[in-house]
Amino acid sequence: MKSKSSRYLAMPYIIWIVGFIVIPLLTIVYYGFTDPNHAFTLGNLAEILVWENYRPLYRAMLLAASCTAICFLLAFPLAMILREHKVGRGSIIVFIFILPMWMNSLLRILAWQTLLERKGVINGMLTALHLPEQHLINTTAAVLIGMVYDFLPFMILPLYNALMKIDDNTVNAAYDLGASFWQTLTKIILPLSVPGIVSGVTMVFVPALTTFAISNMLGGGKIYLIGNVIEQEFMQDSDWNQGSGLSLVLMIFVIVSMLFVNHFDDKSDTRRGGIM
Amino acid sequence: MEKMKKALSNCYLSLIVLFMYAPIATLVVLSFNSGRSRAKWSGFTTDWYLEMLADDTIMAALRNTLIIAFLSALIATILGTLAAIGINNMKSWSRNTVMSITNIPMLNADIVTGISLMLCFIAFKISLGFHTILIAHITFNLPYVILSVMPKVRQSSKDTYEAALDLGATPIQAFFKVVLPELMPGVTSGFMLAFTMSLDDFIITHFTRGAGIDTISTLVYSQVRKGISPTMYALSTVIFLTVFIVLMIGNYAPEWLSRRKK
Amino acid sequence: MKRLDCEMFHAIRKIRTRRLPAAVLALTVAAAVAAVAVGCGTTEKDIEKIPTPAKDTLYVYNAGEYIDPELIDQFEEETGINVVYDVFETLEEMYPVIEAGGVVYDCVCPSDYMIEKMIKNNLLQEVDYDNIPNIKYIGEDYMKMASEFDPGNKYAVPYTWGTVGILYNEGMLDELGIPYPTKWSDLWNPALKNEILMQDSVRDAFMVALKKNGYSCNTEDPEELDTAMKDLIDQKPIVQAYVVDQVRDKMIGEEAAIGVIYSGEILYVQDELADTDVRIDYVVPEEGTNLWIDAWVIPKNARNKKYAEQWINFLCRPDVAAKNFEYITYSTPNTGALELLDQEYLDNEDVFPDTKKLLETCEFYHFLGQEGDALYNNRWKTVKSS
Repeated sequence: MKSKSSRYLAMPYIIWIVGFIVIPLLTIVYYGFTDPNHAFTLGNLAEILVWENYRPLYRAMLLAASCTAICFLLAFPLAMILREHKVGRGSIIVFIFILPMWMNSLLRILAWQTLLERKGVINGMLTALHLPEQHLINTTAAVLIGMVYDFLPFMILPLYNALMKIDDNTVNAAYDLGASFWQTLTKIILPLSVPGIVSGVTMVFVPALTTFAISNMLGGGKIYLIGNVIEQEFMQDSDWNQGSGLSLVLMIFVIVSMLFVNHFDDKSDTRRGGIM
Repeated sequence: MEKMKKALSNCYLSLIVLFMYAPIATLVVLSFNSGRSRAKWSGFTTDWYLEMLADDTIMAALRNTLIIAFLSALIATILGTLAAIGINNMKSWSRNTVMSITNIPMLNADIVTGISLMLCFIAFKISLGFHTILIAHITFNLPYVILSVMPKVRQSSKDTYEAALDLGATPIQAFFKVVLPELMPGVTSGFMLAFTMSLDDFIITHFTRGAGIDTISTLVYSQVRKGISPTMYALSTVIFLTVFIVLMIGNYAPEWLSRRKK
Repeated sequence: MKRLDCEMFHAIRKIRTRRLPAAVLALTVAAAVAAVAVGCGTTEKDIEKIPTPAKDTLYVYNAGEYIDPELIDQFEEETGINVVYDVFETLEEMYPVIEAGGVVYDCVCPSDYMIEKMIKNNLLQEVDYDNIPNIKYIGEDYMKMASEFDPGNKYAVPYTWGTVGILYNEGMLDELGIPYPTKWSDLWNPALKNEILMQDSVRDAFMVALKKNGYSCNTEDPEELDTAMKDLIDQKPIVQAYVVDQVRDKMIGEEAAIGVIYSGEILYVQDELADTDVRIDYVVPEEGTNLWIDAWVIPKNARNKKYAEQWINFLCRPDVAAKNFEYITYSTPNTGALELLDQEYLDNEDVFPDTKKLLETCEFYHFLGQEGDALYNNRWKTVKSS
């Protein structure tokens, strides 16, 4: 197995990633840094400073952050309860919470469209109860609900994994030493679950930040996010240079926000080292 | 007090389950509704299922989705497993370089990956179609396969392969009889993960698809923008049930089997 | 898969967080290499024909829900040609596909101004009328109208035509106590909050606002366009959604009281609602509107021009055109087909309006050039972003 020749087993793979990861990336970088006449420019990147582009980016960040926060607030108590009930990894209950993750995400968004539409299921129920119809679809709230629904399992699972790993003795020791529930939560459980939180946040924030399908399907073309801008540049305006420039900016945003989250994870690592 | 806490937490669990499953249940119920209206029940029917089965576009999309998921998972698993073994034997510098390139598709937002592939295909005059979707899916599946196989490669003992060679096995025999069985758990989970990732993808497919080819995701996206037909609900129900059954078997079949043996 | 769940999440997180420095480095290197490549002044060659193995296949690209699907089967049966049929939602979405050549089509059905753009950008090839004997059935008036965007009728064979107008639900408006719309400016009535479906395409959306102000829908005057843009932004809070093909189904489902839509949809909507007490009507606004023609063209990079011409010839046959009209309900320019249709259809002013009268207030869209397009696109982006 350690034979030198075995490293050549990776050759087909290396050719593949050069062809379909490195070169495509270079293509997008190339388009991002050139204008339609193939001259070098930084203008495509600077486009993000234009109101029409930074406003959707800002909106997307706001929505993605809210979505991540809501997912966390919903998932954390759930994971705590599962931990307290000692619900094991193989149990049906955990299965139930993870199952929707594997169902086609567009079909799940379709479900919400059906619920929220003006003549949809929710309004149908309201009418049956003689309550006034509500305007639900094509609002920011509708897009947010769709995001939360789509990405919630991606928060539940890592949180659950992290909480299950915490040793009962550690938690009991805190109670024995007179710590209140709140103190135990903030001083013991939360810090120990940081790796799970970091996983959850990255798994939710990035797709929420860059989505265009959810905002299109539940926002009725009124809620314009950075993903929609980029999609529009490529699929409709056919302005590849500007689209590539904005994609690069988005890439930088994703990387920066991950570095930011990473920072917390590192801190938790050192602290955990201190405890042990 | 303890009782109330229990009741409260059960209540919370039920609410989350309701939130997660009510929309799916709605789709299932509506797939049997004879009227087109989403607001009122006009009688039980299975017509939408028949219509779905008779609809060439839907069936073609379903077929494409499954074929692409299977092929891309298979190819990614083969390439990825070989690569994991190879990478493990590389010098640390080249190993790190290859691994950081491997991780780019995971790091990037899907939209950027999809666009970069589309631009590349068009720039190199590769016409968009089934094959470009397949290439794209293999590309984003590869890191998942490598991630699942890599730990197994690291754990696997280095001596067994050599021992097999010493005992007269050819390298190929040694690979299939000794090395592969050790990696198998990682390989299967890599394949399963790649398969599901491919089934679920919309964004990358959206950018790399060509004339007349749809997967379930892109079909839903274009249908929804036109107006939803109840056949879509029938389709959702079928997909949900399939996912449910496959995951149930994947998760619990081994346990049931072992329990019965005891 | 259990194991996979937990371990994968851990691994993914590690990559997303720990391996960042390496990835950032890789990206920086990529950027540097690209910059060097740019410095060397790489240029791209023109898009060439992409060879393909599919021989007896005709690739058709049309707008959504824009043909009777049975006709595709019929064509395949009659000619033995296999048809790959693909749809686009907006013309703006279609154009880059044809321009880039990522997907090669043999026959496409765009509208007037887009055809003009494709002609000017050299993306089309001339139609050989010898292969389309059925062209004699297309009314002369319509060929004359088409020559406005296709001088000499060299490239485009008219398929359908119509106007853009307002579809309204009488019952819902009565309930709201709002008079039926007669002009574009009625779509700015705040009482219609969340009742309006606007078109999600640049030219149609701007046409509404420009005509409301009495401007041409082909204007390139920045001030006029700014006024229109401001109007569209003002209108946005009361608009329920910007959609394209969904307008029809949403109106049928009573999701909204008013929708901006093409004249061809009214018959379909009324047919669907024939058994109900829902009354939906269509009006061409007083200020005038866009008059459009959709026509079949053959892209320059088409692989099977002969097949494309066979396809066009087939669609120009009176019985086919009549059947197609009954399915898609968009007015046909085919005089042969008109003879086969029920008088009831022909008397419907919404579907077959008096063209002479219309031409007084209505305009075709024209291709405005790249800069003109940019004037519209940029402002549309502002509307969508706000």
